[in-house]
Amino acid sequence: MGMTIGEKIIARAAKVDEVKPGDIHTIEVDRLMSNDGTTHLTIDMYHNQLKNPRIADKDKLVFIIDHNIPAENPKTAEAHKKMRNFAKEHDITFYEGKGICHQIMVEDFVCPGEFIMGADSHTCTYGALGAFGTGIGCTDFLYAMVTGQSWVLVPETIRFNLTGKLREGVYPRDLILSIIGMVGASGCNYKIMEFAGEGAHNLSINDRLVLCNLAVEAGAKTGIVEPDDKVVEYVESRGRKAEHLFVSDPDAKFEKVYDINLDEIEPVVARPHLIDDVVPVKEVEASEVKIDEAFLGSCNNGRIDELRVAANILKGKKVNEHVRFLITPASNAVYIQALQEGLIDIFMEAGAMVMNSNCSVCWGSCQGVIGKDEVLISTGTRNFKGRAGDPDSYVYLGSAATVTASAIAGKIVENK
Amino acid sequence: MEKFTGKVWVLGDDIDTDIIIPTEYLALPTVEDMKQYGISPLRPELAGLIGEGDIIVAGKNFGCGSSREQAPEIIKALKVKCVIAKSFARIFFRNSINNGLLLIENDQIQDAVKEGDKIDVILGESITLNGQTYPIHSLPDNLMDIINAGGLVAAMKKRNGITE
Repeated sequence: MGMTIGEKIIARAAKVDEVKPGDIHTIEVDRLMSNDGTTHLTIDMYHNQLKNPRIADKDKLVFIIDHNIPAENPKTAEAHKKMRNFAKEHDITFYEGKGICHQIMVEDFVCPGEFIMGADSHTCTYGALGAFGTGIGCTDFLYAMVTGQSWVLVPETIRFNLTGKLREGVYPRDLILSIIGMVGASGCNYKIMEFAGEGAHNLSINDRLVLCNLAVEAGAKTGIVEPDDKVVEYVESRGRKAEHLFVSDPDAKFEKVYDINLDEIEPVVARPHLIDDVVPVKEVEASEVKIDEAFLGSCNNGRIDELRVAANILKGKKVNEHVRFLITPASNAVYIQALQEGLIDIFMEAGAMVMNSNCSVCWGSCQGVIGKDEVLISTGTRNFKGRAGDPDSYVYLGSAATVTASAIAGKIVENK
Repeated sequence: MEKFTGKVWVLGDDIDTDIIIPTEYLALPTVEDMKQYGISPLRPELAGLIGEGDIIVAGKNFGCGSSREQAPEIIKALKVKCVIAKSFARIFFRNSINNGLLLIENDQIQDAVKEGDKIDVILGESITLNGQTYPIHSLPDNLMDIINAGGLVAAMKKRNGITE
């Protein structure tokens, strides 16, 4: 029987020749990532609930402080201290203030064919490099940290055959929001979203990260783009090897196949409070939605491509006087590149606030929190009720272009 | 098979992790401190009203969103006996089992149930509401073992797994 990309990665991690949907396998995890959202809880369980705690393989662990950095209150500072000390004590690779966890993992660790678990739902991002990344909670993380293993139920794969090319002014962010709008917020629950076809290969690594990152917002266990030369080039340029480039067999079984023509995608926004309430930007523009804040950043959309899009639109213009525009590069590497390209100058001259690299407004407690009845347009990952602050506030999700054009206009508009 | 009866609280579709416990309260030191804010963005009064053994009935995609394990922990800390929903988001599903929170999938009772109703549950067999009985599936034995032990770590302890 043929296998899909995801099935092949699970088979490799389980050290078996073949897996099929519905099987439960014990796997060796290639890498484990945990951030300051929950690591302190894992450490508490490690110390208080195990009789003889140990770490299976410290070299597989990466701890990253990115959610509330710098710490915004003493409780967070204590949680960070716990994480910092534990990493030091056990010689665990540790990052603090260097960028958002998923961007750091992509820049420094992820290799195609790997099975990676992260204590963060957006771990599915790593499929952009042909890896199987999936989010887990801190108890699963503890188990994997202590045993080096975990269990997986092999999911069915849903294939998205992409053809054509995104038109000018349309971005992968519009593509993935459109896909989620089509399948629904639980449309791929428990499944693997596999993106393939010439349209997928036309996308840059930056674009593929945007696509895979939001797979979890359709409920998926992971999203994977069929790896190709672009993946090899990226991984090797970062000093790593691309050894396991898995593609689906011709006779692989898919639960469903969607054909999507990229030429037909248009700029869209997801309206509050559901990510699958996706409509053309034009439609929201017509209803005159005034905004109080705009946010460009997050593990979905804070990379150099998006910062360039924003700078192009913002150059020589001013952020609307009624709008706070926060821009947060996804990592320090992205930040430095933006500095060198002069993008940060453009942002600051236009009146935007450029923040240090972290989860920022998307996480809803670090910075840029919005108040009652306020409206945010964001490139973040979620528009849940209260996600960015007050329970009675409103989050629209759109592309970097839509967010930037809206920050200038003071209301949600399509970038012209 | 285990049987129990519980009073119902009704929630809708797509109840996300940030509704179950908003980000701003995650910095509180313990789940006990956090639980008063459970489900507060949607229904601020609810955490104070839920009693031991009550049952939450919800629509599709319950627990979607973040991997924050505090979400199932809060529901358990509120002493909810189980959550019955049309479907559960996968990370929440795994986290619930790992924390010993019982989940039941059923997509038929939502139209019939009203808040305050009493539901009889026979695990792995059926739910009875107002005289009408609805069949339910049982979770695989290995997952029920984890739930019955009170969570993954407790189950491992029982089996002398990772703790020895």
